[in-house]
Amino acid sequence: MNTIGTPRRRVDARAKVTGQTRFADDLMLPRMLHCKLLRSTVPHARIVRVDATRAQRRPGVHLVLTGDDFPIPYGILPVSQDEHALARGRVRFVGDPVAAVIARDELTAFEALDLIDVEYEPLRTFASPEESLAHDEPRIHDYGDRGNIHKLVSLSFGDVDAAFAASDRVFDDVFFYQGNTHLPIEQHAAVAARDPDGKLTLWSSTQTPHYVHRALARALDIPPAQVRVVATPNGGGFGGKSDPFNHEIVVAKAALVLDRPVKICLTREEVFYCHRGRHPVVMRLRTGVRNDGTITGMHVQTLLDGGAYGSYGVASTFYTGALQTVTYHIPAYAFQGCRVFTNKPPCGPKRGHGTPQTRFGQEIQLDKIAEALKLDPADLRLRIVERPDTLTANYLRVGTIGLAECIRRVTTASDWGTRFRRLPAGRGIGLACSSYLSGAGLPIYWNDMPHSGVQLKLDRSGGVTAFCGATEIGQGSDDVLVGCVAEVLGIDPSDVRAVTGDTDLTPVDLGSYSSRVTLMMGNAAIQAAERARDLLADAVSRKLGVPTDRLVFAGRRVFDTENADAGVAFAEAVQLAEAAFGTIGTVGSYTPPRSAARFKGGGVGPSPTYSYSAAVVEVEIDPATGWIRVPKVWIAHDIGRALNPTLVRGQVEGSVYMAIGEALMEEQTFRRLRPRLSDALVHKFPSMLEYKSPTTLDMPEVWTELVEHPDPNGPFGAKEVGQGPLLPVMPAVANAVYDAIGVRIDEVPITPEKILKALDAKSAGRPARYGPAAFPAIDWPEALQVPPPWEGGDGRAHPSPDRPLASRHVPATEAVRR
Amino acid sequence: MTHVHVALTVNGEPTEVAFAPYKTLLEVLREDLNLCGTKHGCELGECGACAVLLDGTPVLSCLVLGVACDGAAVTTVEGLARDGRLHPLQDTFADLGAAQCGYCTPGFLVTAKALLDEHPQPTREQIKEALSGNLCRCTGYQQIFEAVEAAIGRTSQAQGHRS
Repeated sequence: MNTIGTPRRRVDARAKVTGQTRFADDLMLPRMLHCKLLRSTVPHARIVRVDATRAQRRPGVHLVLTGDDFPIPYGILPVSQDEHALARGRVRFVGDPVAAVIARDELTAFEALDLIDVEYEPLRTFASPEESLAHDEPRIHDYGDRGNIHKLVSLSFGDVDAAFAASDRVFDDVFFYQGNTHLPIEQHAAVAARDPDGKLTLWSSTQTPHYVHRALARALDIPPAQVRVVATPNGGGFGGKSDPFNHEIVVAKAALVLDRPVKICLTREEVFYCHRGRHPVVMRLRTGVRNDGTITGMHVQTLLDGGAYGSYGVASTFYTGALQTVTYHIPAYAFQGCRVFTNKPPCGPKRGHGTPQTRFGQEIQLDKIAEALKLDPADLRLRIVERPDTLTANYLRVGTIGLAECIRRVTTASDWGTRFRRLPAGRGIGLACSSYLSGAGLPIYWNDMPHSGVQLKLDRSGGVTAFCGATEIGQGSDDVLVGCVAEVLGIDPSDVRAVTGDTDLTPVDLGSYSSRVTLMMGNAAIQAAERARDLLADAVSRKLGVPTDRLVFAGRRVFDTENADAGVAFAEAVQLAEAAFGTIGTVGSYTPPRSAARFKGGGVGPSPTYSYSAAVVEVEIDPATGWIRVPKVWIAHDIGRALNPTLVRGQVEGSVYMAIGEALMEEQTFRRLRPRLSDALVHKFPSMLEYKSPTTLDMPEVWTELVEHPDPNGPFGAKEVGQGPLLPVMPAVANAVYDAIGVRIDEVPITPEKILKALDAKSAGRPARYGPAAFPAIDWPEALQVPPPWEGGDGRAHPSPDRPLASRHVPATEAVRR
Repeated sequence: MTHVHVALTVNGEPTEVAFAPYKTLLEVLREDLNLCGTKHGCELGECGACAVLLDGTPVLSCLVLGVACDGAAVTTVEGLARDGRLHPLQDTFADLGAAQCGYCTPGFLVTAKALLDEHPQPTREQIKEALSGNLCRCTGYQQIFEAVEAAIGRTSQAQGHRS
């Protein structure tokens, strides 16, 4: 290995440090106009009237669009096509766009917004999941499982009640995970233009150009082949740029109508209202254990506050119950999840997508279990770590698993054995673990095509161009693409140019989400490069009279492994191959292995491989003020293989950073204005000053170690690193707080106020805890019964004899489609 | 609106520019001088993405009016490299992973340059303090601290980098 595994300057580093990276808002086109959106000032209302006459007359205004211009709905998931680019007849949260002004400059457009008259007829406002559960009417949407419940899930893998009966103890805990937002430093921006040939191009700060391509064609009712979407490098994404957005569709429509380029750049306040971030989740976890710590069964219930639209919410709901089983062996498992609509900005995927919330509860509960059973929390986890090459109760295929080694590395480095429960009062350490997908095993819309494709073009100069739809959001995907190609062909990364994220120029890659790009694009790149290498080897073999299996590609040469002097330069190898076979171009693609799960809902959770992390966090707490500080975090991550260790470390430390923000300070919360001011549900602090995020002064020292046991499914053995290392940190902070001052904070963020309240409760003789008292009552549907593999299950649900599938109520339209 | 006419030095070049008087230095740089290397994250002085050097001192260009810069010397990220050679901070940021998405990077670079110009041998604590007004959501800051430390001593060898 020459390129892979060596710390390297990333291929796009020079552009970034010289300010030459072209983000969406850096694009300036001739005759470009500017767009601003008028957003709803009320949280839930019928739109009686929108009158844009005065705005249209304003000098400098070229166009005003309203909901009438966008009759076709769209949404990221096929089951949740519930958005319109501009509201039609109904607004569902403060910030829902109602009208758009396109004008000669931003100021003119902004001032013209005030000239649009909108009359609203207010509807009941739903501020919390409890309110949405309590009132079926009015419905925020006319679809969903019932009333204002968007999605209800109930799955059962084995007999959990019997498992509890066979256990020595059953632990029953309730936790709350507050919502928070991505806060990318780059605000979303998009530019749309009609090409000279009449086609539409949209440049946008999106993580998912392929899905935006589909949404644009659908929402604007134009043939997809007439639409090109270019993902500009994202100034941070973290999941917040994964949905197709209303502002993208609006500027595309405006560019087509006006035949001029149209740009929009959201303000920071608008970014807070676009959101699509972490769902607030209240959860109940019941876990049965034997006295030796082994788990007999687990029952997870989650309630997600979804906000006003579907977004990725159905997937988010399943994810709150999907990955409990891949870390520790759980012989019987049940999951019930419920997502409700509320009149707040829609929630969606943020780093870890649906899994950090339940992981938080699970890892704190394990800490409680360890204490009750008088076991060391690290020893307990080492006893119950899932075995490699296992099919879990919910049919997730665990291959390689480096979790035990991660635990050993962080406990050794942090001197856990001599410090846990032994630090002076006010100081403590806590441990937690986690796992994450290396790419979702199934696409967002069902199809049998590859998830990632790579094309290579080899030039006579020895230069190679690699084309792939993957999107560079800062994580280093261009570097992974170039690194994989350079390694296989034995050339320098600087010889390879990456062309990415362009639906006209590059083969489809599904996008930068679910930690899928390194594994899927990397495998596609290796396949394409190996096919090119084979062509070159064939031509060089004829020239040198050396069998192809003796040829080595390294150092920009192709040579005989038994006689290094016999060889040709890489460029000459390309020329020989071109002379022999014609223009040299190859393709590679990747499709994940088929999932073992064949039950409804089994599409969420499967992955080609899972990454594992363990973290130890140290805290210092002032019991007088509740002030909490994190001086140090030790983290070990099972990466399989680090393709570029500099970037891998950056992903681990960036995850720890974001986790510290979620654990201690970040929250996306809302308050009602007084009724006379409109009863609006507004963001408490939609600014970067008031929405607290960690600065250089808040960031702990991070000790990072990578566990590298190459995984057979990963490119050169690599697993994901972008999301997993975030997950163990929040519960490790909570566990460290308990070690420091003996109180449990069963929710995030863990603020000084909550610490003081828990300390007060402790001194008053009440439970030494801060957190939710109970899980709300929910009328769950009958559980889908899926026998686990060790009970003879085949991944299918058991047909319930008293409730045959045929008698299930199927809406007429759905029945027709079947 | 009547434009104002301002003469200033931008990255060492004498520059004249006319713009609407309400425009911030950030807007003048990006929209009137096509210097898009300077970024915006909030336009309220909260994130540090728009930092530039005004007569050698880091300022948030979203909070400075363009008209207030008449006669001033402005250094942006485009002005850090000289004669085709990167500034040592640009090299260390690139080599050590201090730029991930790169959006906050221009603000960090000019702020770090001002620090090293003022304090050629800063401690880790001084680096943290100097960069505490710049938010980065990608890196967790550690590789940024290491990049600044790696540039210590290399700045004095580079020529022509004092603005």
